[in-house]
Amino acid sequence: MTLSISNTLSRWPTDRLLLWLLRSTAVVAGAIVLLIVGFLVVEALPVLRHVGIARFFADPSWHPAEGLYNLTPMLWGTLFAMVGSVLIATPLGILSAVFCHYYAPPVVTRLYRKLIELLAGIPSVVYGFWGLVVLVPLIGSIHPPGPSLLAGIIILTIMILPTIALMADASLANVPPQYVRGAAALGLSRWATIRRVVLPAAKSGLFTGVILETGRAIGETMAILMVCGNVVQTPHSLFDPMRTLTANIALEMAYAFGDHRAALFVSGLVLMGMIVALVGAADWISRGRIYG
Amino acid sequence: MTTHHNLFALKSFVAMVALLMTVLLVVPASAGAQAAAADPLTGKLVITGASTLAPLIAEIGKRFESFHPAVRIDVQTGGSSRGVSDARQGLADIGMVSRSMKDDERDLAAFPVARDGVCIILHEENPVRALTDEQIVAIYTGKITNWNAVGWTDAPITVVTKAEGRSTLEVFLRYFTLKNVDVKAHVVIGDNEQGVKTVAGNRNAIGYVSIGTAEYDAAHGVPIQLLPIKGIAASTENVRKGIFPLSRSLHLVTRTALSGLAKAFIEYAQSKAVHDLINQQYFVPLAD
Amino acid sequence: MVKALEPQRDGREWLASTFVWSAAALVTATFCWLLGDILWHGLSHLSWTFLTAPPQNAGREGGIGPILVSTALILSVCLGVSVPIGVGTAVLLAEFTTDGTLFGRLTRRSLDVLSGVPSIVFGLFGNAFFCQTLGLGFSILSGGLTLACMVLPILIRSTEEGFRAVPADYRLSAAALGLSRTTTLVHLLLPAAVPGLLVGLVLGVGRAMAETAALIFTSGYVDRMPESLLDSGRALSLHIFDLSMNVSGGDAHAYASALVLVVSLLTINGTASWLADHWLHRRIVTI
Repeated sequence: MTLSISNTLSRWPTDRLLLWLLRSTAVVAGAIVLLIVGFLVVEALPVLRHVGIARFFADPSWHPAEGLYNLTPMLWGTLFAMVGSVLIATPLGILSAVFCHYYAPPVVTRLYRKLIELLAGIPSVVYGFWGLVVLVPLIGSIHPPGPSLLAGIIILTIMILPTIALMADASLANVPPQYVRGAAALGLSRWATIRRVVLPAAKSGLFTGVILETGRAIGETMAILMVCGNVVQTPHSLFDPMRTLTANIALEMAYAFGDHRAALFVSGLVLMGMIVALVGAADWISRGRIYG
Repeated sequence: MTTHHNLFALKSFVAMVALLMTVLLVVPASAGAQAAAADPLTGKLVITGASTLAPLIAEIGKRFESFHPAVRIDVQTGGSSRGVSDARQGLADIGMVSRSMKDDERDLAAFPVARDGVCIILHEENPVRALTDEQIVAIYTGKITNWNAVGWTDAPITVVTKAEGRSTLEVFLRYFTLKNVDVKAHVVIGDNEQGVKTVAGNRNAIGYVSIGTAEYDAAHGVPIQLLPIKGIAASTENVRKGIFPLSRSLHLVTRTALSGLAKAFIEYAQSKAVHDLINQQYFVPLAD
Repeated sequence: MVKALEPQRDGREWLASTFVWSAAALVTATFCWLLGDILWHGLSHLSWTFLTAPPQNAGREGGIGPILVSTALILSVCLGVSVPIGVGTAVLLAEFTTDGTLFGRLTRRSLDVLSGVPSIVFGLFGNAFFCQTLGLGFSILSGGLTLACMVLPILIRSTEEGFRAVPADYRLSAAALGLSRTTTLVHLLLPAAVPGLLVGLVLGVGRAMAETAALIFTSGYVDRMPESLLDSGRALSLHIFDLSMNVSGGDAHAYASALVLVVSLLTINGTASWLADHWLHRRIVTI
């Protein structure tokens, strides 16, 4: 990819000004993450100092009123919900984008795209409310109690689908038309073109989409709070109620003080740690292969 | 040319947005300036705390503002603990607390404004009409797990409880002399309405919520029923009479001695003039 | 969109086709179910009074006028702050750094981390930083700034993708003609990258309007008509949350408010697309 950088060409003062302007905006963006992590650390310090990080994974249960701070069941809850929803939403989203570009008539494409754009903006409260009133009783009639990991996965899938679908849509639009025409000239079938030519060409956008949707899945609070049952236990089946780290913070922050409050910030830090680990893994996987 | 056309479109859009924002910011401000009046009470009160109390205090605040146009009452939520800590640190003038004060909160002055009860709810289709205290304790500690042990069909009981720290939970635990570690629940909820909707969506559920919320919803067609405790029916009327055993007081707290605007507001909130508002929000006014 | 692809009589082809159409049908059905639910319960409560009157009786009666104004202001602050910073960072990442440099990688990774931070943590951070440290208190400004932090990674990443999609020829030709990089950027690359920016904007606006947990602690709960950006103002999503979860009997108005939110989203997205199309016409026509 050709860059606009090349020191020998830089003889316009506006260019130098531009570069510094752009660098300052990037610094602002990067600084926000540091500020947030710093904030979490400062708030979590009191309990980390006299309880110690090990107890957050080794205590018998999560009952802060009794001084018990085990985060592991909730960590599993977050992980399962995230993995489940990303696994379902990614193919659905990519297939939706493929549908818009290569299978649907133009009118249907426009409508479908409008529908997905709309869904990107529906509040998590509305999804949660719908989940609580429609989805949970439905699951409850199949297998009590109803609020469960499955409900959480379904709601999360619906919520993150627009992100991957729209990003995939935009990246498919950016695939140079010459590729597709070339494939047709070679006599490739539609699906073969999509699978072997178009999708690999769009992989940087798809990758970004997956990262953004995973981020949304980890960070979702309100809707999960309403449909997952919020019982602190490691889920052993799809129908078990469970609690995620984010729902935990939202549920208990309002009424927590002292060590309990600091413990909630520790769970926020653990969440950040998980995100950093995931992003690091994604970075390592994509090294050199996505951004050539 | 096309460039000029698009530049014009962009510029006119920006101009429209700027105009809209100016109108939005100026018009309400000028309207507010007219309502000056020679009223001695002015200023802004920031009240934070329990979300249960927030709608009620917001309504009382609005009525107070209508009598004193130069006053602004800003109500924010964030939970009882936030109300306490904000009042302590001076980040808020008044805190809202939906439970009785703890021992280490004696440094704050507490002013009760209303009362509320906590009742057990079942689904409407559940034929069980009463449960003894022992049965309730057994259900919540996981000793009874099936409805056929208390007089219904063979169906597993779905136990619904509130998240730790909530005042409804504390009232419940205190009355039944339980600790939160003993409670074996299937669903943990946050707000009262979430509890009502959970029970309404599950025939086999049992839960507990604020009486006001349950009474309102049951009267408006939501399929739940309120269980009596020790034979006393669960109703705001019985909380008013003081005979219903599970009840809690809702407080406004301040750090310093009352003065000025805060004093006027709290006195107003405790007066008979707002009893209709308290009833409207399905709480019980204090017996004055 | 290229219709140079023709389906063939191939088993795999037929299977793929079925999968694609079923995926689209499943997605459409689920969403129609959801939207239909909102429409069904909310339509009967919509009226001009509902859109303009202030809320009464804790929101069970009256309307959502002041809340709409607050929401519009919060959104404007959010976009007004995040779009310049976002586009600037995206341009830097796409045009002036390679993926290999430490600065580029660090910024990109920290943005990815930022996109995963839970909304409630943003709310608590926003409260501590904007409301307390910067002294803005519960205000529309705090809420807008907090939302800008949330929306930034989405905006930056998708705009960056938009820039990456612009063919190398543009930059090479511009350099050959002796154009300064600023000119190249403003007149050539930005118009060409508009689709990426648009996706970022749509996703960002969507996320901002959908946010509840971050706004409870920053722009607040007050449902009065705001008189300045420093006043506390309740956002529409927060109002829906309060009505459905905190106020008994608020369901009807919660549905109606959700319907209003959906319609405003349609309008905003439609306007953004229209703007993008206009700007796209300035782009050099490709072969």
